[in-house]
Amino acid sequence: MEPSLATYLALSGILFTIGTVGVIFKRNAIGMFMCIELMLNAVNLTFVAFSRYYADVTGQLFVFMVMSVAAAEAAVGLGIIIAFFRNRSSVDVDDASILKN
Amino acid sequence: MVTTAFFFLFAGLAIACAISMVYHKNPLYSAISLVGVFISLSCIYVTLAAPFIAAVQVLIYAGAIMVLVVFVIMLLNLEEDKPLGRLKYLYAMGGVLGVVLLVQTFFIFYAVSREPKQTVKTDETVGETLSIGSAMYTEYLLPVEIVGILLLMAIVGSVILARRFAQPQLELIVDNELDMRDAQTKEESSDELQGLETPRFR
Repeated sequence: MEPSLATYLALSGILFTIGTVGVIFKRNAIGMFMCIELMLNAVNLTFVAFSRYYADVTGQLFVFMVMSVAAAEAAVGLGIIIAFFRNRSSVDVDDASILKN
Repeated sequence: MVTTAFFFLFAGLAIACAISMVYHKNPLYSAISLVGVFISLSCIYVTLAAPFIAAVQVLIYAGAIMVLVVFVIMLLNLEEDKPLGRLKYLYAMGGVLGVVLLVQTFFIFYAVSREPKQTVKTDETVGETLSIGSAMYTEYLLPVEIVGILLLMAIVGSVILARRFAQPQLELIVDNELDMRDAQTKEESSDELQGLETPRFR
């Protein structure tokens, strides 16, 4: 007896919702970054669940790709955060308003 | 039965850690909670018979990415998250968006549960490293190469971002300016001094 596919999808949807709400509520860039990682993980869970229930290896390969993209995103995103901190000495996204007006 | 118990245990843990991540104002607590989410998700991958993905999840996410994030938090010495200053309407927007996404989630749950039971193909070899590796280097060779190039670009990009490009020149200009001003004031003051001192000596 295993949990059904719908249960995994529900868990993934709940995690994705928490990540989305977190991106909107968090004010510092690192918090938003971590919420985006959570959303990527929720999507990975659906990939693995479908891969299990259709007995197809493609889903797990795409999880691997998503992880590589997340690693690249972490390197570049944290570089941007550090560059921003160097200029403004804060990582608050409300301060990132140079392009406004 | 054991699988179901494990699934619900780790699903609860993952949701609790995710909520704690959003709730905590201190970024370090958020990072630790996110590590909890990653580890419970990797346990869920084990219940889905995907041991390779579970191991890679712990290695890459909990090992590499979160270490990077914690390093940055430590380097920047961040204080606690301030409450929303302006953009108060974001609270309402986030609440509405969260409710909509939750409703969608439950709709998906309902719709997929109502589907006539698909015959679950339990092919235990799918999650093994052998099958993933052979698919990766035969059928999906091009995407793997593209991901390699993407990682290379990320390395180059982060090195360029982390270097101080414009600032050294700016600092040089500012330093030169200050030096010139210093020299000027020194000359003036020395002139004055000479003007003052010369009569005294004579």
